[in-house]
Amino acid sequence: MKIPIIALRVLDQQRALDFYTQVLGFTVTEDMDLGAMRWLTVSPPGAPDQHVLLERVGPPIVDPETAETIDTLIAKGVGGSLFLEVDDLHATFDEVVAKGAEVVQEPMERFYGIDAAIRDDSGNQIRMTQRVETGIQAPPSAVNG
Amino acid sequence: MNAREAAFLRRAKDLVDRSYAEPLDVIALARRAHVSPYHFSRRFKEAFGETPHQYVLTRRVERAQELLRNTDLSVTEICLEVGFQSLGSFSTAFHKVAGMTPTAYRATYTGHAPHIPGCWAAQWTRPLGSARMEKRAATPHD
Repeated sequence: MKIPIIALRVLDQQRALDFYTQVLGFTVTEDMDLGAMRWLTVSPPGAPDQHVLLERVGPPIVDPETAETIDTLIAKGVGGSLFLEVDDLHATFDEVVAKGAEVVQEPMERFYGIDAAIRDDSGNQIRMTQRVETGIQAPPSAVNG
Repeated sequence: MNAREAAFLRRAKDLVDRSYAEPLDVIALARRAHVSPYHFSRRFKEAFGETPHQYVLTRRVERAQELLRNTDLSVTEICLEVGFQSLGSFSTAFHKVAGMTPTAYRATYTGHAPHIPGCWAAQWTRPLGSARMEKRAATPHD
């Protein structure tokens, strides 16, 4: 079993496409007009078999009021998240920030590696991690639970 | 609350997460959220469950807890490192969040923490200073 596609809801597909390709360096893998919906997937550099579906949710899947509620949650920053693993966190972070990404967390050493967090243009959190040994102790909940 | 207002409030919250060690006041955060200071605290709490002021304190205490667990920095050094101006305000905020004093919290971990030198940890765990942020803002072309 594997996970070829994960869906990430966005506020505007065209703006999301610009962000993922221009800021993060993703490649558009599928972009199809299916009438009621635009099927738009992007893949991270070097991983063409991993797809993020940049999805716009609205009628007829949900009523306009629900769509508005979903959009508000996305904009609030609790709509969705993406976790990326990178080879050189500091270099990647500096690059995406120079290209205009909003920063949530500067690079920090954690018990699982070095990580940083940014937002995509919709408000989804993108957490980037470089897996390295940091010698930092895991918080008690991670140790015990 | 609509998506537009939610985005403004989220940007104010992100500013706290990013720049917790800087002097942050509600007026500056409200400006970031493009709402009047009067409405800002109430709307922020409706969105995120804490007032902006409480959110700043919680974020600083969370960072302080990690430094207490993982470094040999003194309580005073940690207090200043995460953005508190005085030990009194740090102790009060810490006790509210953690239910014990910073010293007691650290003692809970003594013995099973491979402590790393504080000077080294501080390099990595502190956010960028305002000088670098301004430099960044001033050079959008690079």
